[in-house]
Amino acid sequence: MKVSLSWLKNYIPVDYDADDLSARLTMAGLEVDAVEPLFGHLDTVVVGRVVERKQHPNADKLSCCQVDVGGDEPLSIVCGAPNVRQDMMVACATVGTVMPSGMKIKKSKLRGEPSQGMLCSAAELKLASDADGIMDLDVDAAPGTPIKDALDLHDTVVEIDLTPNRPDCLSLIGVAREIGAFKRPGDTVTKPDVELNADTIGKGKMGDQKIEDFAKVTLEDPELCPRYAAGMLFDVKVGPSPAWLQQRLEAVGLAPINNVVDITNFVMMETGQPLHAFDYDNLADGHIIVKAAGAGVEFTTLDSKSHKMEEDALMICDAERPVAIAGVMGGENSEISDTTTRVLVESAYFNPVSVRRTAKRTGIATDASHRFERGVDPEGPVYALKRALALMADLCEATLAPEIIDEYPKAFEPVTVNLTSKALNIRLGTDFSDEEIAEILKSVEFGVDITAPGEMVVCVPTFRVDVTRPEDLSEEVARLWGYNKIETSYPLVRAQGKPVAPQILARKSVRTILNGFGFFEAINYNFIHRESCDRLNLTEGDARRQVVDILNPISEQMAVLRTSLIPGLLETMKRNTAQQMDSLQLFEIGKTFFPTTKDELPKEVEMVSGLICGNRADQTWYSKKEALDFYDLKGAVQGLLDGLGIDGAQYALIQDDSHPFLEAGHAATVCVGDTCIGVLGKVDSDALANYGLKQDAFVFDLELSALMALSPETFTAHGLPRFPAISRDITLVVDAGVEVAEIHALMDQRFGKEALLEEIYLFDLYQGKPLPEGKKSLSFRLVYRSESKTLTEKNIRKIHDRISSTLLDGFNAVLPE
Amino acid sequence: MVNSIADIEKQALEAIRDAETPDALEAVSVRFLGRKGLLTGFLRNISSLPVEERPGAGKDANVLKLKLEAQIKDAQAALKASQKAGAGAIDVTLPGRVPARGSVHPVTRVMDELCDIFMRLGFDIAEGPEVETDYYNFEALNIPKYHPARDMQDTFYVSDNIVLRTHTSPSQPRAMEKSDPPIRIISAGKVHRCDSDLTHTPMFHQIEGLMVDENISFGDLKGVLTAFVQQFFDDETSLRFRPSFFPFTEPSAEVDIRCVMCKGKGCRVCSHTGWIEVLGSGMVHPAVFEGMGYDTEKYTGFAFGVGIERMAMLKYGIDDLRKFFENDLRFLGQF
Repeated sequence: MKVSLSWLKNYIPVDYDADDLSARLTMAGLEVDAVEPLFGHLDTVVVGRVVERKQHPNADKLSCCQVDVGGDEPLSIVCGAPNVRQDMMVACATVGTVMPSGMKIKKSKLRGEPSQGMLCSAAELKLASDADGIMDLDVDAAPGTPIKDALDLHDTVVEIDLTPNRPDCLSLIGVAREIGAFKRPGDTVTKPDVELNADTIGKGKMGDQKIEDFAKVTLEDPELCPRYAAGMLFDVKVGPSPAWLQQRLEAVGLAPINNVVDITNFVMMETGQPLHAFDYDNLADGHIIVKAAGAGVEFTTLDSKSHKMEEDALMICDAERPVAIAGVMGGENSEISDTTTRVLVESAYFNPVSVRRTAKRTGIATDASHRFERGVDPEGPVYALKRALALMADLCEATLAPEIIDEYPKAFEPVTVNLTSKALNIRLGTDFSDEEIAEILKSVEFGVDITAPGEMVVCVPTFRVDVTRPEDLSEEVARLWGYNKIETSYPLVRAQGKPVAPQILARKSVRTILNGFGFFEAINYNFIHRESCDRLNLTEGDARRQVVDILNPISEQMAVLRTSLIPGLLETMKRNTAQQMDSLQLFEIGKTFFPTTKDELPKEVEMVSGLICGNRADQTWYSKKEALDFYDLKGAVQGLLDGLGIDGAQYALIQDDSHPFLEAGHAATVCVGDTCIGVLGKVDSDALANYGLKQDAFVFDLELSALMALSPETFTAHGLPRFPAISRDITLVVDAGVEVAEIHALMDQRFGKEALLEEIYLFDLYQGKPLPEGKKSLSFRLVYRSESKTLTEKNIRKIHDRISSTLLDGFNAVLPE
Repeated sequence: MVNSIADIEKQALEAIRDAETPDALEAVSVRFLGRKGLLTGFLRNISSLPVEERPGAGKDANVLKLKLEAQIKDAQAALKASQKAGAGAIDVTLPGRVPARGSVHPVTRVMDELCDIFMRLGFDIAEGPEVETDYYNFEALNIPKYHPARDMQDTFYVSDNIVLRTHTSPSQPRAMEKSDPPIRIISAGKVHRCDSDLTHTPMFHQIEGLMVDENISFGDLKGVLTAFVQQFFDDETSLRFRPSFFPFTEPSAEVDIRCVMCKGKGCRVCSHTGWIEVLGSGMVHPAVFEGMGYDTEKYTGFAFGVGIERMAMLKYGIDDLRKFFENDLRFLGQF
């Protein structure tokens, strides 16, 4: 909402400069977005007197003028206007002026004649629409006087970012009312007198036509249109508005159109009540019927766009057809044109929800719909109508039907609120007396009746559609008093904390552990590309293909909710490698989304996923460059599980197409007992190619809830061994296809309960010569310890031999030669 | 004779300074302190002095003896250390083997910090779904369908009645449904708006707070938010409360803080106003309580919502919101 300060001063004294006013408005809840001085482009435009005018020697339509602009010498200026004459007082843009069109005035030659400025039309200076000739100034100002002073063009526009609850301030009078309340006792708004009589209608005439003889209003649905007022004008001269009116509209960002339409806009800006003017001669039978569109209506609005109307959209119709979308926009079929002579002016109240629904569905947003959908003053239509009629009579030199129609079947009931000072003071943390509360509320035109100590009945003015209950009044008091003057206090809090939810603790643990391993946390969007599932090569039956679509996505890149964090991590890798960041260790904790039934929330599954790529070690003085591989990834997963206290994880080669984005033979599931935690592996080359990646990458994808379920809430620390351990090694040459897990499984099965055997672990792996093809050697260290004594070779010989022979037999293994 | 004590001291100190090897030092020790040493000789001859001078000279000589012994010992230790270092010294200026270091995302970092602050202030953490019903995201917060306030948040829809939550405020009705007052919760997480440009990302993070009890006032809201802002930034950061509008609070307030970059002098970050808008807040609207079956006569409460990225940008001087979701390691590595 743009507000011109000079315009505002018609209604209220404004004793503040623009910055002070802006600060005060902002602190009263009317946030000022911008303060813009008007007419800045006129700074170098001055009053000039044409002291000489001669025909241009080389051009019929140009004149060569000598123009006195107050300097020692007159300026030579070539002018193309037909109306330029000697002794004319003109608006002269001096060299250096930037015109509203963007053109810069320079010293130049026009057809050989020098020109040191430009004589301007009102249109060229954006002061009015008159472009027929240069401005013929009727002013008593010395040449050289800035045009801003000569024509009193000083104005500042303040742009207010109004919150949706304050439609009352979508008007100059509304803003003036707020400004009046800055003082206490406040200034009162002066509203223009609208009694229709010879004084108010200027150049217009009071006619003797009876409006009932010409027009009739029928409200088919008073719920949606509770009030419809109309007035009529005859012998209307449609034409451009006077300069003052055009300037007012331009100042607040509205384009002047013609006097009739401009007046409807002017009054809307002044009062907040949108108006519409119909060409009466295009209204069949002069009968206005406000009703639902009905089936199959197609309607062309005055911007020449065609709209298919919903059946229940409220329309203004004449006896035959719709002529306007109620509260939104008029129709092309009944708009004011140059030939219009009879005008019917509408001033109505439409149901906010109905207007908003229609505006949304048709995609039309107008100044009118903006106000109606927020709620205009139900008692405002008649005042605005009369104001517009008076102005139209005057400025269009029209004859006015003295009476108006006001179809208003059920009067609006003013809202009264019972307010107790105690409740208000508790809510705000204040100590206002009844009188203080009353004074503040009265400053913005609330009626207050203190009925008993601490109790009052507040009558809400009809333009304040946002105020219906005591809490709303507390806001009025607080904002007009000043939020920052309310004392700061601290609530008393019971020492009664609740435990932190397990998933919050789990996330924290995961982050701490992975950070410790050198992983950085990434956060990607919840939405991914529609083609992400294809890029991961997921099979048709894969549950991750069942994505939740966003109905109004920003782009295809963000069209569906993610069912996996892997696409986000691969995109992250892509962005980093494009910046030569080739070695990455990333993880993300985030939700994935799976559809359930329609109108049920999707299932949210929180995942912990990670990606590594590049080098484990860079080339340094102590290390060679070494690429990361599967076991770096697995190590991180093992470390994570270990850190979470999860024992007994089994890693098994994936042998089906359940995770096609992982390379066959380089991918594993990780499970504990029957609980599958997730998968890990090398990213398949097709998937890499789909993301435009050229470098190997390894990912893990784990379910947070599984980690939480398996991670013990607490544990008991065990004691430390009192006696030393001894260890024996055994090296087995086995088939290359034997998995280490098989050996551990056998060990577990046969020797899991063996008291002396503390641990067995692989410490060397060898494949190649001199071993035969298809064989590998695995070296295990077995650690023995007793709880009751220091073991000797003798104590463990038997058990170690048994283990050796079990392993040799079990895997058809031999000892190395 | 007194002169010669001073002479001995001068000679001895010079000799100690000039000795470059332990052997040379040993020789100095013998020369002055040995059985036939100069100082020893002086002490031995003390009887040849006049009686009145003897006590003073003896004392001086003994002081010097102790001093020389100490200096020789120190010089020996210093020589030994420098010899040792000189022989097998490593290049301590070679770069060390730095263990890999990861970090949490700056959003997580700030979120954790904010949660910690509010937990100290007595709040519990609540969580809710990131995809929400229209009811919890809007209706229960006094934002009916076709209310103009819906324009304040550009919403991603999944169906007519399901949205990507546009704020963390659905945690309010969800928490109030579960329990009666007193309620003190915060809820942090991802939110979504259908908006993407230089200063908007379609997803970002918020932290929401709700406190409901008897006699909770707007003054209390100011107190809690002041405590939180000053703990997060510093004690000097002042706050300004501005009337605003949220359908689920009445009165509603936007909170500005004194620009943390320029301390209020005016800079690019605060658009030369000296103030930066950081959060929305207000007293819970009675319509929200009524929907939850709370007694609006008995209970009052406040709620607030803070943009996490905004706080992170201010705290760490980050100038581009989009950096948070590019996950460039050069950015992440700074945290």
